Amino acid sequence: MNQTAVSTISASALSTNKLIRNTYMLLSMTLLFSALTATASVAFNMPPITYLLSLGGAMLLIWMVLPRTANSSAGLGVVFAITGLMGFGLGPILTQYLALPNGGQLIATAFGGTGIIFLSLSTYALTTRKDFSFMGGFLMTGMMVILIAALANIFLAMPLISLVISSVVIMLMSGFILYDTSRMVNGTESNYIHMTVSLYLSLFNIFISLLQILGAFAGNRD
Amino acid sequence: MDWMKIGSALMLLMMIVYLWPRAKQMMKESPKGSSEDWKAVIIPLLAVVGFVILLVMMV
Repeated sequence: MNQTAVSTISASALSTNKLIRNTYMLLSMTLLFSALTATASVAFNMPPITYLLSLGGAMLLIWMVLPRTANSSAGLGVVFAITGLMGFGLGPILTQYLALPNGGQLIATAFGGTGIIFLSLSTYALTTRKDFSFMGGFLMTGMMVILIAALANIFLAMPLISLVISSVVIMLMSGFILYDTSRMVNGTESNYIHMTVSLYLSLFNIFISLLQILGAFAGNRD
Repeated sequence: MDWMKIGSALMLLMMIVYLWPRAKQMMKESPKGSSEDWKAVIIPLLAVVGFVILLVMMV
């Protein structure tokens, strides 16, 4: 191997490491910020519509503003706005769970469980360095099926379907963590702002779904 | 029907409409995985299922 090839490989490894470091640093800061806004939302006892409005606002930012700002420093502000809004939207859900006798324990278990799932899957993808790009089509198909099922269940209101949807969401988001981490490791994605939002959305969805599953089973036992 | 349901339905519909072209493109362009590749995915996902069951038993 000649010297140019060696220096190209080491430059690519350096940029991958930088991307991973920046992504995880921004992700941890946004999670902290999200926790702060969620606490504020619980403290102000925000009404249930807050969840819908905050998520709607965050989705609009992801679709309309993030693609234009992701390559500039303004993108950082947009990421904090997105994650702050989503954290704030969590408030009414957390308030509902906190009203249960073991609500605090359920939230703590869902939070810890989400952290363990994320850390384990990220470590797996980072250490094996496998290319999970083949999962893209499968994950997006699953995502579309789940969105349609969730839309139908708004009108059907069947608790069993709701539980199945939550379980599948956890599987899909776990798949997205593997897929996104492998995109970082293999250099398919080079923007840490996009990666942070993508991983944050996976974490957010796992937390909400896990909370719903734990709440349903704990509720049945009580 | 309350307006929370209508709002949620509209948001999900918006997500489906927005994600559909990207989903179609990804379904077309995704490389095919071998059985070895899928095994490397199924094992950690089964571990996640096991972990969730453990959490459910704990609460």
